[in-house]
Amino acid sequence: MDALRQIFFQECEEQLAELETGLLEIQSGGSDPEIVNAVFRAVHSIKGGAGAFALEDLVRFAHVFETVLDEVRKGKLAASEHVLAIMLRAADVLADLVRVARDGGSVDDARIGTATDELASLSGAPAAAHGGASETEAEEEDFAFTPVAVAFPAFDEVATEPEPAVNEFTITFKPHASLYSSANEPVVLLRELERLGEMSVACDVTEVPLLTDLDAEGSYLAWTITLKTTHCEDDVRGIFEFVDGDCDLTIEGTAGVSAAGEDEIEALLRRIREEAEAPVEDAASETIAVETAVIEAAADEFSSTDEAVAAPAPVHDAKLAIVPAEPLPAAQKAEAPKADKAASGEAAQQTIRVDLDRVDRLMNLVGELVINQAMLSQRLAEAGLSRSSDFATGLDEFEQLTRDIQEGVMAIRAQPVKSVFQRMPRLVREVAAATGKKVRLVTEGEGTEVDKTVIERLADPLTHMIRNAIDHGLEKPEVRAANGKREEGLVRLSATHRSGRIVIDIADDGAGINRPRVRAIAEDKGLIPANAQLTDEEIDNLIFLPGFSTASTISDISGRGVGMDVVKRSIQALGGRVSISSRPGEGSTFTLSLPLTLAVLYGMVVTVGDQTLVVPLTSIIETLKPKPGDVHGFGGDSRVIALRNNFVPLIDVGRELGYRTQIVDPGAGVALLVESDGGAQSALLVDAIQGQRQVVIKSLEENYGRVPGIAAATILGDGRVALILDVDAVVAGARNGGLASDNLLALAG
Amino acid sequence: MSKTVLTVDDSRTMREMLLLALQDAGFNVLQAEDGMHGLEVLKGRSADVIITDINMPRLDGFGFIEHVRRDTTHRATPILVLTTESDAEKKARARNAGATGWIVKPFHPVKLVDAVRRVSG
Amino acid sequence: MYELSAAAIKEPRGGAARELIAFAVGNQEFCIDVMSVREIRGWTPATVLPHSQPFVRGVINLRGAVLPIMDLAVRLGFPPTEPKGRHVIIVAQVGSQVVGLLVDAVSDILTVTDAEILPPPDVASEMAKRFVSGLLAQDGRMVSLLSVDQVLPERERSEVQ
Repeated sequence: MDALRQIFFQECEEQLAELETGLLEIQSGGSDPEIVNAVFRAVHSIKGGAGAFALEDLVRFAHVFETVLDEVRKGKLAASEHVLAIMLRAADVLADLVRVARDGGSVDDARIGTATDELASLSGAPAAAHGGASETEAEEEDFAFTPVAVAFPAFDEVATEPEPAVNEFTITFKPHASLYSSANEPVVLLRELERLGEMSVACDVTEVPLLTDLDAEGSYLAWTITLKTTHCEDDVRGIFEFVDGDCDLTIEGTAGVSAAGEDEIEALLRRIREEAEAPVEDAASETIAVETAVIEAAADEFSSTDEAVAAPAPVHDAKLAIVPAEPLPAAQKAEAPKADKAASGEAAQQTIRVDLDRVDRLMNLVGELVINQAMLSQRLAEAGLSRSSDFATGLDEFEQLTRDIQEGVMAIRAQPVKSVFQRMPRLVREVAAATGKKVRLVTEGEGTEVDKTVIERLADPLTHMIRNAIDHGLEKPEVRAANGKREEGLVRLSATHRSGRIVIDIADDGAGINRPRVRAIAEDKGLIPANAQLTDEEIDNLIFLPGFSTASTISDISGRGVGMDVVKRSIQALGGRVSISSRPGEGSTFTLSLPLTLAVLYGMVVTVGDQTLVVPLTSIIETLKPKPGDVHGFGGDSRVIALRNNFVPLIDVGRELGYRTQIVDPGAGVALLVESDGGAQSALLVDAIQGQRQVVIKSLEENYGRVPGIAAATILGDGRVALILDVDAVVAGARNGGLASDNLLALAG
Repeated sequence: MSKTVLTVDDSRTMREMLLLALQDAGFNVLQAEDGMHGLEVLKGRSADVIITDINMPRLDGFGFIEHVRRDTTHRATPILVLTTESDAEKKARARNAGATGWIVKPFHPVKLVDAVRRVSG
Repeated sequence: MYELSAAAIKEPRGGAARELIAFAVGNQEFCIDVMSVREIRGWTPATVLPHSQPFVRGVINLRGAVLPIMDLAVRLGFPPTEPKGRHVIIVAQVGSQVVGLLVDAVSDILTVTDAEILPPPDVASEMAKRFVSGLLAQDGRMVSLLSVDQVLPERERSEVQ
């Protein structure tokens, strides 16, 4: 049962997401009836499951909600802005009720009350569900956890009633042809009837025609049944509930038969039953035999129609071929405007659940394969084989296959960003309510896929950035109106794949970054020297500095102890970058660019001292060959390099990492211009560049621990471990007097 | 040989509940997530009883039943409609479509199994 | 490469028997419990870790895993090993970590009972106090039983426990 509960709550989460997505789609003008249906189904499913688990609060609220949705679905209630606002609030309450049912706790009664009243006011029904007192009987039936299959009489319950009076019924039962066509079986019904008491049956076969005249679809038999039972007439009638209207049925009762002579009757009944059942079954099997022949002929017809349909587009229509050639309205409607939905539905059929560990193991093995392939390449190159040799071509194919396998495995771990995106609408509503702003959230590219680990670690930064966009980006409605803007601000959240990375934009149409103020705050807090020459871009990037906050009043919304610096750091920890573009009066766009996976990385392989290092390509802006005249001493050991109209610090990676102590001639090496925390640029001096390649990321912490200045390790083609440089740490270390001191701090802590 | 029941429901919770109840009672259970899926499942194999939800995406219960009834191989397969709706209009529509009977959610496992046994003989 | 073959195992002398793998570091013999040894392999050059403690030789690739190598000689107060092909890495499991211990050579596999393990004498040596948990007399040789978990770098130990 626990597992079932878990499934139910998982499903609730999905349904809640579906509900919210649907409501928002309607709000933004979606008029496809399938959206309303989907929304209705979501609430309906939650109610259904909640009923099974006797979660009465949830069932009650879902029921009221469902009633309103049903009216919208039937076109009785227009989905106006007002109605949608109420329904969105109701969706939040429903979500809270689900969570409370799962995790315990309680939902504010007043909130449920308000939401219930609001919903009830829409459907015109009395706000009964919350109070629970004035529920109608009919509703009660739906709400309560009644462990009864209502369509079937509850025999055992009736049996416990304290009046064992025996009734005798005479029942005549003549099925119509339509009874058979709904796959009801008189034999089965008779057997059911027998369960109620003692029964005698007479079968009237007089109407059965000669076999040649027999209509396969016809009905020729009739029964007369005498039933002695303690059940009432309704129970007897209940047996025939499914076939009501598909048969001639009379039930006549004579109450109060004495119990005397029961044995005799029983014996008689048994004999009659034996006799009666035999012809019934014969007749039935005959019918079926004939039917089969008719059916086969019909089937031939069908299949010829199918061929005609299937011919023009065999692949697609083959799927529908067995389904009679008539259109499937519901399916087509669903497929046309929401192709992704139909597709996901189809995909769901072929889904298997796999333990994540297995996928990770596979991922590791593929990592090994990649490394092995690189080793093999290197060995062959060392062996001096020409590029055109059979070995080399074979190896090229091997390399291609390896890459395909790697992509395949990574695709298994990939998930659409939808799971994160769909948490945002509620956040937007809450932040909008708390700040008194009007906000519309538009999401795009929800189907964009990225590695599961990346998705999991994306939620917090995104939450913060959306909050920030509303709290700091958008203006109050009156301000917007005064500036000739729509009162309702727009926040656009979009995801897309771009050159092997996922790019997520968070754009608002607010006031844009107030640069004079940002600058003033940064100066105030001593983050930048007064009168520093800064470009607009550099000023914008000041908001990523640790300890920076532009909120003049500490707002409950953004002030949760995290600033944009934390956002930036967490994105960078994922191998990503954040950038801003902002136009005064028009709004700001924050762009996140992230790797699609945390398992591999594109890096520049460089030589430093006698070591080989990998520098993530994402941090490198450009590489340059320093000319002796460009490098200047800058107090003590520090050096800067002149770059266009700027001086950037020149960091000797070899010295920073302690590979060497002497100062090397910059002219003998290569400088990598990198961007690190806060957008500051630095030049990393290395001895030589070996090339660029994709490397498999290996943890150093698993068997060792953190290494200052090093992000992780990888294994290169020669089978040796190479370290992946943590650019931010190296730059920060150089700024703060070396990584080694950082190391000492770490030791002390 | 144990009988096979096809359950068609878009709710995973409901599918799992049906699965547990039916498997405990010794039935083989096939599952489908909506009407379209149900039809696809029935292409390859037959069921002794079908239990279907009404409200489903892509192809709802009514449409599903109609299509099953038109398919000659499943014409005589009992179909139970499983729905929270207990109103007469839905039942009538289900029966017109060819449903054998109906069960109102939430169901009790024992009653469900009884119902399946009754229509499957 | 060495095989941990059964042929090398001696008869127990009664009591709960333990198997220990003995190896040479400097001119002394040490041993650790065979249960913690995953494999023994030859020396391969390690990638240096920046700002690491002197006894950390670096990391090597052990079938795709990154394996840190500790130079036991340095750790135990001897001059650093100048590793050549004949040197040996004992791959040991310590807590959740797998580490490589660089030693001169593996010398023996000993089967002993707890009763045969003598407490270390109270000597002034820091090394003895910290890393040696017991002593064994074997055919006139002295073998020191190492506490492997003590051998790891300081800041790692808190994470292991």
